[in-house]
Amino acid sequence: MSEPLIRLESVSKSYGSGAEPAVKKLTLEVEKGEVLVLVGPSGCGKSTTLRLINRLIEPTSGKIFLNGEDVTDVDPSELRRKIGYVIQQVGLFPHRTIAENIATVPRLLGWDKAKIESRIDEMLELVSMDPETYRDRYPKELSGGQAQRVGVARALAADPDVLLMDEPFGAIDPITRDRLQNEFLRLQQELKKTIVFVTHDIDEAIKMGNRIAILREGSEIAQLDTPEAILSHPADEFVESFLGSGAILKGLTLKKVRDIDLHQVPTLTAPVARDQALQALQDSPDQVAVLLDDKEQPTRWIDEKALNRTSQPIEKSGRPVTVNLQPEDTLQDALTTMLQSSVGMAVVTDRKGKYLGCCTIESLAKLIMSEG
Amino acid sequence: MDFLLSLLEFAFGRQEQVLEALAQHAGYVVSVLVTAGVFAIVTGIVTRRNQLARELALSIASVFLTIPSLALFVIFIPLVGLGFAPSFIALFLYSLLPILRNTITGLDGIDPGVLESAKGMGLSPLQVLLRVELPLAWPVILAGIRVSSMLIVGIAAIATLVAGGGLGDFIKSGLARLPLPNSLEAIWLGTILCLLLALVIDLILQAARLATISKGIR
Ligand SMILES: Nc1ncnc2c1ncn2[C@@H]1O[C@H](COP(=O)(O)OP(=O)(O)OP(=O)(O)O)[C@@H](O)[C@H]1O
Ligand SMILES: [Mg+2]
Repeated sequence: MSEPLIRLESVSKSYGSGAEPAVKKLTLEVEKGEVLVLVGPSGCGKSTTLRLINRLIEPTSGKIFLNGEDVTDVDPSELRRKIGYVIQQVGLFPHRTIAENIATVPRLLGWDKAKIESRIDEMLELVSMDPETYRDRYPKELSGGQAQRVGVARALAADPDVLLMDEPFGAIDPITRDRLQNEFLRLQQELKKTIVFVTHDIDEAIKMGNRIAILREGSEIAQLDTPEAILSHPADEFVESFLGSGAILKGLTLKKVRDIDLHQVPTLTAPVARDQALQALQDSPDQVAVLLDDKEQPTRWIDEKALNRTSQPIEKSGRPVTVNLQPEDTLQDALTTMLQSSVGMAVVTDRKGKYLGCCTIESLAKLIMSEG
Repeated sequence: MDFLLSLLEFAFGRQEQVLEALAQHAGYVVSVLVTAGVFAIVTGIVTRRNQLARELALSIASVFLTIPSLALFVIFIPLVGLGFAPSFIALFLYSLLPILRNTITGLDGIDPGVLESAKGMGLSPLQVLLRVELPLAWPVILAGIRVSSMLIVGIAAIATLVAGGGLGDFIKSGLARLPLPNSLEAIWLGTILCLLLALVIDLILQAARLATISKGIR
């Protein structure tokens, strides 16, 4: 195993003498390229831990290493230029344009002008914002979600290896938060940064983390493991209560539709004769068949009752397939779609809409049960 | 109408004297604003983190404002003699409080998230001050400077009593000669020029405001 990128060795921090330490003898390693989520109740010391890593706070005792180097040997400002930092309040400079905000660290590092300019556009595009539109705007002219995107772009501008994020999506409405989370995951797949991500939302932790550290008072690690392992084997009552009810349901966001053994119902390709369709349905244990169009895209659910209503052509009978799943969707999406579906199962297609199979409650249950 | 004509006649009859007094008066405003501005802003920056120091600085600056202005002009005469010096010192002390108070308020009012992210990105403490804190506090500081400038224009008229010149010269000589001819004219001239000067300085500060405050925080 390679040297962890970030290592905290028995780090403690007390604010003022006499007070209970906010961080007590914390030892923690963050591997290169992983997203480690720190999650825990309010006031347990998550932010303090994060700010110890970039020396916004000096530890009372213990050592912190970045890339094997003791961070106290480096000038704090220089250290921070190499570490991206994103906070809930975003903290964009209101008197600077979006472009100038993003250029902050590259300028501190003395990049040349042309390189900074092209980097600004590149960063805006990275976070799905049109450079033409947003470059010269001021922060007050952005929505909360846009501001946080710029916050991420600004933190990534000088291409730091390490990113520290303190509840970055905490102050954003649920729908935008979900979108930002997904964008972030896509970005991370590309960039492979080493990220320490703080949240108090266990669902967010499960979604974002390669590993999760569940912390209690004093930044004490209650459990540190992959989301799957924590959900299936919570270490103690504290972790269990923190996970809350429905740990299995939470696990649904971890698995993808592609992990399911798809169920094959009879398929009919239009145009199809009525008795041929009836035959196919009678030969199969399923009550229902999927009608595909000439591009193999599912269009309708067909059952016997629909076929017997002879007044309708087959292409108009049965019920329309309204939503379909794709392999990248989560099991949670699958469950939702199935529950909404008129036939209790959901059609899975590839990205182009081509039919792959069906997802049933049984196949979903089988996948969940197969986990220990 | 007659009075207006005789006022104009009075003013244009002694153009040189008028211009000199006006220049002296404006000179007070500019020199005091620059020095007191720098002094108060620096004091605000230095003391704001220390509760005791900043309360002390604010109390001292307030005390100067409570001393009757006439007395403040006079008490420094034993130390620095008559003329420009005692007037300058008095005006300097008078104008500290609005600028100091607004500097502290402006710096205090900055969003902590902005400061946190500035530090977190690796700006040194001096860079945070110069590139983030002062630009963000500047609108408030400038408002303080504006209040001080108005104060100075008015109170500088007292400089004449310690032989410091300025537009007060007209007011004083008019008062001394009441009700002789041209005495009211002199008083009115001094007063009107003070008002005009205040107006011009305010316009200049407004222009400075537009020129120096980022569109993002206007
Ligand atoms: N600057 C400070 N001075 C004194 N005590 C502090 C300071 N910052 C944090 N603390 C204390 O340290 C403890 C941990 O605070 P911290 O901000 O790290 O918690 P957190 O886990 O980030 O909480 P939250 O989820 O509410 O953000 C708290 O008890 C807090 O009161
Ligand atoms: Mg916190």
